[in-house]
Amino acid sequence: MISGNLSATFYLISGVLFILALRGLSSPETSRQGNFYGIIGMIIAISVTFLSVGNFSSGFVYVIIFLLAGGAIGAFIAFKIPMTAMPELVAGFHSLVGLAAVFVAISAFINPEAFNLGSPGNIKLASLIEMSIGAAVGAITFSGSIIAFLKLQGIMSGAPITFKGQHLLNALILISIIVLTYLLCVSQSSHLFWLLLFISFLIGFLLIIPIGGADMPVVISMLNSYSGWAAAGIGFTLENTALIITGALVGSSGAILSYIMCKGMNRSFFNVILGGFGVTEQSSKDQNKEQRPVKSGNADDAAFLMKNASSVIIVPGYGMAVAQAQHALREMVDTLKKNDIKVSYAIHPVAGRMPGHMNVLLAEANVPYDEVFELEEINNDFANADVAFVIGANDVTNPVAKTDPQSPIYGMPVLDVEKCKSVLFVKRSLSPGYAGIDNDLFYKENTLMLFADAKKMTEDITKNL
Amino acid sequence: MEIDPFIFRLSIFILSIFVGYYVVWSVTPSLHTPLMSVTNAISSVIIVGAIIAALANNEGSIFNSSTLFGYLAITLAAVNIFGGFLVTQRMLAMYKKKKKDKK
Repeated sequence: MISGNLSATFYLISGVLFILALRGLSSPETSRQGNFYGIIGMIIAISVTFLSVGNFSSGFVYVIIFLLAGGAIGAFIAFKIPMTAMPELVAGFHSLVGLAAVFVAISAFINPEAFNLGSPGNIKLASLIEMSIGAAVGAITFSGSIIAFLKLQGIMSGAPITFKGQHLLNALILISIIVLTYLLCVSQSSHLFWLLLFISFLIGFLLIIPIGGADMPVVISMLNSYSGWAAAGIGFTLENTALIITGALVGSSGAILSYIMCKGMNRSFFNVILGGFGVTEQSSKDQNKEQRPVKSGNADDAAFLMKNASSVIIVPGYGMAVAQAQHALREMVDTLKKNDIKVSYAIHPVAGRMPGHMNVLLAEANVPYDEVFELEEINNDFANADVAFVIGANDVTNPVAKTDPQSPIYGMPVLDVEKCKSVLFVKRSLSPGYAGIDNDLFYKENTLMLFADAKKMTEDITKNL
Repeated sequence: MEIDPFIFRLSIFILSIFVGYYVVWSVTPSLHTPLMSVTNAISSVIIVGAIIAALANNEGSIFNSSTLFGYLAITLAAVNIFGGFLVTQRMLAMYKKKKKDKK
């Protein structure tokens, strides 16, 4: 058994190590060391907890068994998961943090003595409030992440699910959560505690179902943030510094990512949360459906264009992830480079289904990270480039966002792809993207549509180069 | 005058939010996915609560309802800790600079 002061000091140290873990991510060189700090911080936190409880009876053995069992599952998933499935994985992991927070809150509620919080039915008021917040946010994180996971995995349709009175219902539930928390604090009734958990699960579910597939970057970041606040809530209950620091870090990290994602779409956070982007705009897109001429080509034409180019910019999007085309793309780029053609990659903030999704996929395909550029860094280069190769992206290249104030995506920052001398657009059909609007780029003079599966087309082009 | 320890914890919390704010803004956008997976892993430090719950068998029985929830939470958090750190490690290992010798 070590003293409370000593263990609190160690928790503080692991909190600091977690800060360093995030700090390391400011550049790829320092990131691996950062991750190492994080692991050390975790080991310290867990060991100190064992020492401070000081109970090495049979229970300890069980704890180790459960710890290793969970760890083995986690390690197995971490090694097996394909990089394209990273958004699902992160959503799944969020749900586990949420559920773990709920479970810890439940056991603290059932057995408050273990945590020094008073006795059942007579829990300290402050602790009960913190516990309720932790449990409610944890439950929302859990059910919300499950829905996000199902949508990303394709088990549930990515289309927004909306119904009449949805916002009213959600508002009522949110109010009832506050009322229930208050009543719970007054009465300490366990029935109210379970009811609070139940409606929190329900609201998490209801909040995420109206949000469509391409808004997932915002949702995942938001749930990331929630999982942090849940941890912080539990941290206050347990009076644990490591947990409070971590919760605050993760909470603000998720909030910043949500902000960046919303900005990338030029939408307000509430606009995304209230959901139904694709649905509400459905009517406006049908009006100018007249057939416009489109130039389409094959792999041969594309190869010819690229061979004669001196610089090519690649614009990857979610479609590249779906088609698993990142390796084929890298091979194509290698061939281009052998012909002394300058190649760079342009990544829109909301390309893919989670922040940084495209970067990870390109890194997986051995693309050096200093060839990959963010929107602001590269947008001016399109005007000087010969060929833009758009693979799996759509809405983020739509010039309508700059020209048509009527358009639902007006004002969204887009890549200035149309300024290139020629644009190669790999796509399966002319169908509109997620926002449900036609892409003007398809009909531009200098655009050549390549109708095919992204991976197959890229391979064919490589053969023809 | 005595200050409630809650205020100290609140101070840590608020200051950590600010630390988090500045640290996360300095994260390069290309590492946002590893950022999410590592924040996932570290938020599983909630396992300390789970361990306390699991080891608090005051009635002598290992599996009463409170400890049972503790064990469940340990398992979930452990999946996340190992999975989160390892998958981050795996991703970060892939980020390479331009090399002279092409692979």
